[in-house]
Amino acid sequence: MIEINDIHKSFGDNHVLQGISGKFESGITNLIIGGSGSGKTTLLKCMIGLHHPEKGTVEYDGREFTTMDFQERIEIRKEIGMLFQGSALFDSMTVEENIMFPLNMFTEQSKSEKLDRVNFCLDRVNLEGKNKLNPAELSGGMKKRVGIARAIAMNPKYLFVDEPNSGLDPKTAIVIDELIKELTEEYNTTTIVVTHDMNSVMGIGDYILFLHEGKKFWEGSNKEIAHTDIPELNDFVFASRFMKAAKGKF
Amino acid sequence: MNFTNFGKYILLLKAVFKKPEKTKIYVKAIFQQMNFIGVGSLGLISIISTFIGAVMTLQIAFQLVSDFIPKTIIGSVNRDSTILELSPTISAIVLAGKIGSAISSEIGTMRVTEQIDALEIMGINSPGYLILPKIIAGITMVPLLVIVSMFLSITGGYLGGTLSGAVTPADYILGVTTDFNPYTIVVSLTKAFVFGFIITSVPAYEGFYVKGGALEVAQASTRAVVVSCISILACDYIVTQLLL
Repeated sequence: MIEINDIHKSFGDNHVLQGISGKFESGITNLIIGGSGSGKTTLLKCMIGLHHPEKGTVEYDGREFTTMDFQERIEIRKEIGMLFQGSALFDSMTVEENIMFPLNMFTEQSKSEKLDRVNFCLDRVNLEGKNKLNPAELSGGMKKRVGIARAIAMNPKYLFVDEPNSGLDPKTAIVIDELIKELTEEYNTTTIVVTHDMNSVMGIGDYILFLHEGKKFWEGSNKEIAHTDIPELNDFVFASRFMKAAKGKF
Repeated sequence: MNFTNFGKYILLLKAVFKKPEKTKIYVKAIFQQMNFIGVGSLGLISIISTFIGAVMTLQIAFQLVSDFIPKTIIGSVNRDSTILELSPTISAIVLAGKIGSAISSEIGTMRVTEQIDALEIMGINSPGYLILPKIIAGITMVPLLVIVSMFLSITGGYLGGTLSGAVTPADYILGVTTDFNPYTIVVSLTKAFVFGFIITSVPAYEGFYVKGGALEVAQASTRAVVVSCISILACDYIVTQLLL
């Protein structure tokens, strides 16, 4: 479980996060949603230590992360897997080398053990046999799946996913969503997905935290999100033509 | 580089020299960088050094037209200017353009495509993993390239001088071998060591702190070359002042 308390973060005069708190349980898909510029990615980066919040705490199963030094954070980071918005695969490495990279760095496994793990991860994301391809040879959806395979290579306890569906067609987006949900349930990871895609929200949002202008406006599940009387949330949820047309059918 | 940047540069270097996570992986990366910096630049350095040596001989011969000055002086002047100044400094400036821009764009692109963030999330000391192998390769390969450059520049002087008739082979060789002070090699290699450090660390710094996209990566790359060249010239003066 990851718990955040009263997170504040500013960039100059821009107060991006204004006291965000929330609890993200393991084994369910936790979503942070909101419009562009609402502070979703900044909150995610504060949680994983890429940004330093001015105030507030982040706890990984009771371990306070924000006050840890570099060395202590490394121990927690070994338990973290992350899929970046642009996948962030290492261009100079093949698919296999990308997935093997954390194993090379932090384990003493033999070459064949590492290769088995790579193949298992690739199999898990339906990319068997793509070991020797370079990232430049992959489609957007394949890159995301390789990114997921790399994220799960070390068997993470915590999985962070930033905008998994950006730039993907609706069908591939559903495949990625389902994969994230499956992995979360199968390995009981604490999964946090940052998204503004309502398909993801309705499909996999077990716990949803809605941000608006740097503040937490609402929390709940995908079963409740369409039935609130919060205007900011309704504006977000029913912004698309599809959701407008479907209003009242949830 | 203003004081804030210099402070950030020092802090980055502090992170670079932290204990590596896994030595084996770093050693492999060092050899890759040695290949890129050393072997990859050998052709360019060879061509430049040979021509500079040849041109130097012709220019020295052109200026020394008095009957009171022996022709052997052409070889001596060419040797000392090559060893002390031309080989280390010109090689370093050329390498700052070739290697520096490559390092800056590589690391800058990794920054804007979140690859450096991905390293950090994995618990890897990204400055160490990305920059340390480049610095070690730089401080070892640049002196080796400078040794090659010295040899080829003096040989180029021989070829240029004798083919044009500016100096006889015997006079040139006598000039090159007369009154040779081996300490000049020490000064030259000290310069090469310092320049190797600058050529790799300054562009790495510029790339590491890029913010934005392709335009900012290109700007960082240009800045890296400019700052490296100025730093090379400043350090050239300081090292010369200290050692000679």
